[in-house]
Amino acid sequence: MTEATITERSVGLSDFDTLAALESEAIHIFREVAGEFERPVILFSGGKDSTVLLHLALKAFWPAPLPFALLHVDTGHNLPEVLDFRDRVVEKYGLRLHVASVEDYLGDGRLTERPDGIRNPLQTVPLLDSIGANRFDAVFGGGRRDEERSRAKERIFSLRNAFGQWDPKRQRPELWNLYNGRHAPGEHVRVFPLSNWTELDIWRYIARENVELATIYYAHQRPVYQRDGMWMTPGVWGGPRDGEVLETRSVRYRTVGDGSTTGAILSDAADNEAILAEVAASRLTERGATRGDDRVSEAAMEDRKREGYF
Amino acid sequence: MSDLLRLATAGSVDDGKSTLVGRLLYDTKSVLADQIDAVTRASVDKGLSTPDLSLLVDGLRAEREQGITIDVAYRYFATPRRSFVLADTPGHVQYTRNTVSGASTAQLVILLVDARKGVIEQTRRHAAVLALLGVPKLVLAVNKVDLIGGDEPSEQAQQAAAAKVFAEISAEFSHLTRTLGWSDEDVLEIPVSALRGDNIATRSDKTPYYSGPSLIEHLESVPVDADNSGTHAVGLRFPVQYVIRPRTPEYPDYRGYAGQIAAGSVAPGDEVVVLPSGIRTTIERIDTPDGELAVAQAGRSVTLVLADDVDISRGDTIASPGDAPEPLDTFDATVCWLGDKPLHPGARLLLKHGTRTTQAIVGALTERFDEQRLAAEPNPDSLALNDIGRISVRVAEPIAADDYRANRHTGSFLLIDPAGGNTLAAGLVGDVLTAVEVGTT
Repeated sequence: MTEATITERSVGLSDFDTLAALESEAIHIFREVAGEFERPVILFSGGKDSTVLLHLALKAFWPAPLPFALLHVDTGHNLPEVLDFRDRVVEKYGLRLHVASVEDYLGDGRLTERPDGIRNPLQTVPLLDSIGANRFDAVFGGGRRDEERSRAKERIFSLRNAFGQWDPKRQRPELWNLYNGRHAPGEHVRVFPLSNWTELDIWRYIARENVELATIYYAHQRPVYQRDGMWMTPGVWGGPRDGEVLETRSVRYRTVGDGSTTGAILSDAADNEAILAEVAASRLTERGATRGDDRVSEAAMEDRKREGYF
Repeated sequence: MSDLLRLATAGSVDDGKSTLVGRLLYDTKSVLADQIDAVTRASVDKGLSTPDLSLLVDGLRAEREQGITIDVAYRYFATPRRSFVLADTPGHVQYTRNTVSGASTAQLVILLVDARKGVIEQTRRHAAVLALLGVPKLVLAVNKVDLIGGDEPSEQAQQAAAAKVFAEISAEFSHLTRTLGWSDEDVLEIPVSALRGDNIATRSDKTPYYSGPSLIEHLESVPVDADNSGTHAVGLRFPVQYVIRPRTPEYPDYRGYAGQIAAGSVAPGDEVVVLPSGIRTTIERIDTPDGELAVAQAGRSVTLVLADDVDISRGDTIASPGDAPEPLDTFDATVCWLGDKPLHPGARLLLKHGTRTTQAIVGALTERFDEQRLAAEPNPDSLALNDIGRISVRVAEPIAADDYRANRHTGSFLLIDPAGGNTLAAGLVGDVLTAVEVGTT
């Protein structure tokens, strides 16, 4: 091939923009894992990041069926719309779904409810048990480095020891796009194909690809009450407490997490375009706005990751 | 111009990298109110009167304890003109491997020096590593210029002293980078104060001796290749990642070869050669879930459907026949040794090149590079952590590699510990080291 033809072809291919580059990178990561691991699984919460993750995974192996199962850690505190969405997605694409249930662990005493009633930290044990019992060796997550300072330090291929722990001082160097997935029996690798995406990239991609999301991401009328500056939905997790007033407001969720710790924001953004404008203008991060669990301490996320949390 | 720039920082401990990165995020309005609140709270807790911007990026417990950066962190910011992915790397000698990690994918590196210290041993070490890795563009941020000339009696005299210091550092750095093979237009020195924000987002009136762009102006406008391969000197390189065989009623006979184009471009009708077998065939289609492509270029993940039913599996490379690399089973390479235990001749390791992982035996260690003298000592006994050296390697299955200087993607490899699985070396195929020594890259 002459240099002239190469140059000619390089011209006029401007459709390979940032989103296309991020998509190609994520697809490359999915295929590397499929090529090198025995039993990968995709963590799927029904949130926007894991929905985009699944969308990319389906693309990576098209027209073949997805060679991975899904794993959902169900805290028992999920919003009903999210569980409904999860089940519809599984049905639509004919996927296999594993569910690790925090409720089961509380029922038989393997876990104890926390005094504050927050179940997000309780997910770690059922998650690690499920990884062990199913011998999953690669676990995809929708984590993004722009979410939080300790997430910013996460490798795309992140080795976890037999206890599921992350050790930030012992991370492998990650060079070029050569991912090292070697691990000893009992260890597993967490894989983050969306590492280099920002919240805005996710929404731009959702709009461009017309990705269907759980309905709670779009503005809707909902009975909510205010706590710690967040708008909470009443549910099995309790609330409103004394002094907290239930009122119907136009809200949407920016992240999906436990009903007891994740709040909605007041919003009229009912479609992707309106949400893109809202996210671009927001002066708060998605976690700062609506995630109670990250407010626990300066290093809350790092501490949970060291325990085996995502 | 590419709308995405991948960059990294490098420099030694305490020269203000984290503050600079915090400042870049802050000045591009990439820091949101709750993050500022958190940093302000933490700064007050530490007894500081102004927010410590380094706390925006140093997020690990151990980093906050020691006030240093331990591991590479990736940051994202954007201006109306460009998006940026920044690998913020630690400066501590112990963590040079993380600098290698951050710089391996960078199109530009911002190297920091403290204006009071100038070009030091670590600057020379980092510049040599960046030269080896083929980082196309370099910025020297001469930080803390506000601390220069403090003893002078007048503002004029202070500025004259600062101008002199900046000119001396610039001259020394230019000489270093020229020796290492960069041309002058690829290197820019900027006097900055990350703490005050001088010459970061806007040009400062406190540095009248400097007439160039601010750091962000430069980052927004510096030309880089979109695919970040280093050069366009090689044709198609497509490491086969995964064979797509649906075996579904809808696609009973479909067989596609999935991968990310590492170099060059491909179009239906192109003749190709499969390496290492040497079998020739033709591209029938380029498939994606969004439809067929008329052409696909480096960086894009696609699925190739070939005209003939040939035996191809993960690890093979599909290449343009005109300039296809000769598959190698023995070759010379430059390595940055990243393992805690030293490398000795005869070591049995794993080598990952593209999508192929194969067994490897290290032969002779022919050189160890001295980053201070920018020269090599022959026949070392071993390579220790952070050493750069030249070795010969023999592999069980041949690899279709290009010289690293021709293409960063197809000329790079990892050496992996077969027992523990750790990444032990960053490998560069070919005679990269000699090029750095004599400055001819």
